[in-house]
Amino acid sequence: MGITQILFWFLTALALGSALMVIFSKNPVHSVLWLIVTFFAISGHYILLNAQFLAIVNIIVYAGAIMVLFLFVVMLMNLNSELESQKGKWLKVAGAFSGGCLFIVIIAALKDSADMHQQVLLKSGDIGLIHNLGKALFENYVVPFELSSVLFLSAIVGTVVIGKKGD
Amino acid sequence: MSINNYIFLASALFSIGVIGVLTRRNAIIIFMCVELMLNAVNLLLVAFSKMHYLTASVIDHTTKAGTDGQIFVFFIMVVAAAEVSVGLAIIVMMYRNIHSVDVNFLNRLKH
Repeated sequence: MGITQILFWFLTALALGSALMVIFSKNPVHSVLWLIVTFFAISGHYILLNAQFLAIVNIIVYAGAIMVLFLFVVMLMNLNSELESQKGKWLKVAGAFSGGCLFIVIIAALKDSADMHQQVLLKSGDIGLIHNLGKALFENYVVPFELSSVLFLSAIVGTVVIGKKGD
Repeated sequence: MSINNYIFLASALFSIGVIGVLTRRNAIIIFMCVELMLNAVNLLLVAFSKMHYLTASVIDHTTKAGTDGQIFVFFIMVVAAAEVSVGLAIIVMMYRNIHSVDVNFLNRLKH
């Protein structure tokens, strides 16, 4: 077992464990912090797949900007764990059961497909580097790139309109 | 590493997100679980792009196959950032109106 496989299994365990902690921790602040750990584990997976641009963007955008926004909102509202009314025990069991059923169905549907044992190229290949992605982004995907700036503008306007005090 | 490891990992993360949406009542945690599902899909897209690159690079050494998948991930992140800002503004507005972020109190449109 090489270092790559050890890293893969370590990052997998980290991502799954912290994702479980996100939904099991009672305090919302702890959930936010565990979700940041999950995003860092996913960024580690991106680096292992040699998609360094996406790894950095994931850390900056998700772990940096979005989760800080979540943390601000959670702390602004002063949420305590005992304020959250709990669902009934059977409702929780039913939710976990249906989620598990979804997992089993996805795995059972994909288990026998022909491409299931194809290899993924780890650690090499330069398509994930910024040189290639920047070229593709500004040659083939210029229109969606510009449209996303319009999307951001409308998101800014929408956030200010929704969030401002009074009506 | 074969692709099935990544499929198992991504579907497990996605299912954890679904379980979180179904079992929690805090609107912010539900929103975070949606982000988790988006990230599971992103991870799977990157893994498939590298798989596609490996099969294409056997034939042609200078291929750029798989670039599109990573561009898609980039655009998913862009849309997720815009979505989070608007969604959190809606949650703040909801907290201001009913002084709670419990989705249980939102089971009617008018009160």
